[in-house]
Amino acid sequence: MSNVTYPANPQPTTPDVNTAIAPGDPRTVSRRWLLFKAGIALNGLVGVVLAVPIVRYLFAPWRKDASYDSWVSLGALDAFPVGETRLAYYKNPSRNSWDGETDNVACYVRRESTSRFKVFAINCAHLGCPVRWFPQSQLFMCPCHGGVYYADGSRASGPPERGLFTYDWKIVSGDLQIDAGQMPTLSNTARLVTISTRSGDSKCSG
Amino acid sequence: MQRMKQTTLNVYAWFERRLQLEGPVKDAALHQVPRQTASWWYVFGSAAFTLLFLQIFTGILLAMVYVPSAGEAWRSLNVLNHQIPLGWFLRGLHGWGSNFMVAIVLIHMAQVFLFGAYKFPRELTWIVGVFLLLMTLGMAFTGQVLRFDQDAYWGLGIGASIMSRVPWIGGGLVHLLLGGPIIAGATLSRFFALHVFVIPGTLLLFVFVHVWMVLKLGVNDWPMPGRVVRRETYMEEYHHLAHTDGIPFVPGAFWKDLIFSGAILAAVAVCAVVFGPFGPSGQPDPSIIQTVPKPDFFFLWIYTILSYLPPQMETPFLLIVPLLAIAILLALPLIAAEGEKSWYRRPVAVLLVSTLAVSWGVLTRLGTTTPWSPHMSAWSGDPLPVNRIHDATPLARQGAVVFQVKQCRNCHSVGGSGGERGPALDTVATRLTIDQLRFKVVTGGGNMPAYGKNLSPSEIEALVRFLETLHPANEPPAYDASRRAVEATQAAESAGEASRLAPHPGSTP
Repeated sequence: MSNVTYPANPQPTTPDVNTAIAPGDPRTVSRRWLLFKAGIALNGLVGVVLAVPIVRYLFAPWRKDASYDSWVSLGALDAFPVGETRLAYYKNPSRNSWDGETDNVACYVRRESTSRFKVFAINCAHLGCPVRWFPQSQLFMCPCHGGVYYADGSRASGPPERGLFTYDWKIVSGDLQIDAGQMPTLSNTARLVTISTRSGDSKCSG
Repeated sequence: MQRMKQTTLNVYAWFERRLQLEGPVKDAALHQVPRQTASWWYVFGSAAFTLLFLQIFTGILLAMVYVPSAGEAWRSLNVLNHQIPLGWFLRGLHGWGSNFMVAIVLIHMAQVFLFGAYKFPRELTWIVGVFLLLMTLGMAFTGQVLRFDQDAYWGLGIGASIMSRVPWIGGGLVHLLLGGPIIAGATLSRFFALHVFVIPGTLLLFVFVHVWMVLKLGVNDWPMPGRVVRRETYMEEYHHLAHTDGIPFVPGAFWKDLIFSGAILAAVAVCAVVFGPFGPSGQPDPSIIQTVPKPDFFFLWIYTILSYLPPQMETPFLLIVPLLAIAILLALPLIAAEGEKSWYRRPVAVLLVSTLAVSWGVLTRLGTTTPWSPHMSAWSGDPLPVNRIHDATPLARQGAVVFQVKQCRNCHSVGGSGGERGPALDTVATRLTIDQLRFKVVTGGGNMPAYGKNLSPSEIEALVRFLETLHPANEPPAYDASRRAVEATQAAESAGEASRLAPHPGSTP
């Protein structure tokens, strides 16, 4: 059985010693070689079929920014005196039980008037280090590379290219809520620029 | 005795008959290498190899206790440090082993470059080596993340901030890096998988290929000026050299490898005992913002570069330079496969390595002192030297209070303490006139915030009056000649006015 070969080439009309195909010569398409190739093809096919769900699994975190956001409460409005900037904390809205302390997130709340707020991320717009607020000089300073911001979050000096990242906020029945859920970076927050007009600030995709 | 020896030989023969390793091992050990390669310069590769196995061994031992969960990792490291007998020593070995491994790999690379060992036929050995370097650095970074403390947390934040600068797909890459939208449990789990399975597995595979090629192609011959590499003739020349002026690899060259590797292992152990393990520092709680995150030693140079680059250059630098550097390293052996190997004939190579080494040293040194970072507690922690305010007017003393309370001190030192972000102000009055001081305080500029909105006019006045006193006793403060002229005129005018308004002598009010 194993000696049977099926020559692929047209029969050589003049067989000679050099081109004669011996039984078992790998150049022939024997049944064994055909099955071998079929085996490779089967594995390749199964590989592709498996690769699709594996890639999907690996890329599971790759989602649109908005799908990670949700509104979280920073507490009652009374905790934020008018004209002051206070550190506030919230729990990461998409937390898991094994996150440990990493689900604590801090942000700065500046109450500009009774009904107007600004909520800043603590992450420096340069490389994400936690900035510290100094109420005496009304400045935010970053311990990493020395970025400094004014009280309104705009850039004062140092390497940052822009002001502090801000959260969108709203007031719901006496609570200050912010739209949170992801680490603010240039890729998600920088796309929003605030355009000042006479009628007030508006968020605009820039 | 004779019987015991015979039994041992029989046992050996039993195994050898089945394993058949004697032939390949003998071939590898006894192959001829050029006599001059039995040099102390050729020991770094084998030392890196030894350190890799130390890391694998100590890493497995640590994994028996370490809990790869964001909620427990930090606590399990503290248990290792303080409760498990000699857990601190194992952590020390692994941490110092990592530092030594990065250092030895870099030295090995510099030596291979200077000795022209990347040239034909060893191009692929170099290219595989470049990937080994990248994976070694990857192990160092992921290892720093597994030490799940404040530095690890904010280091991840820096990584995410860098990723976020990639155009279009930056956001997705951040999510992939962190395993979600924010640093959390998923982040540590994926870094654990990278550090323990993905990178070491690939590393071992590449090390096998790397060493295989070293054995097959032979140890690089000692570079001689004038002995030029040509593709057509090199193999023949090398074999001629190895067989006419060669020695067997074992023990001729190998004893130096053995002794150096042993010495390096001993050095790692000594460092682990004397300096102890690295961290963990504070717990990875992002709501604790009183922290000064800093990367591990081998990434300090990047930290320095990122503080000195102009803002508009940062993103292009971060995204382009690493790729360019890797591309150059990979292309090097393909472009310069032939030619001189000797450093006597390759001044550019020598200059390049020395420039890179000096730059790296300077950047790392700066990274340890971080002169660009504000000293966050200088304003409340570093008092002004008494002699600076001893003879000051009440107004200047009030200015000194403003100087401290408004955090000027965080960036400006006086009397040797305080931040170094801005210039030291011990002699500022000799450089700037009072008007210039006032202008600078109000408008800022350079790397200084404008304090115009943050200080009241009276505070500014007091502050500049204090700054005006900051000059050496024997050197007067800077003054503006035109202001002097104006003041003299004003004085004369007011004197005239005064004499005109003054009551006439003799008259009674």
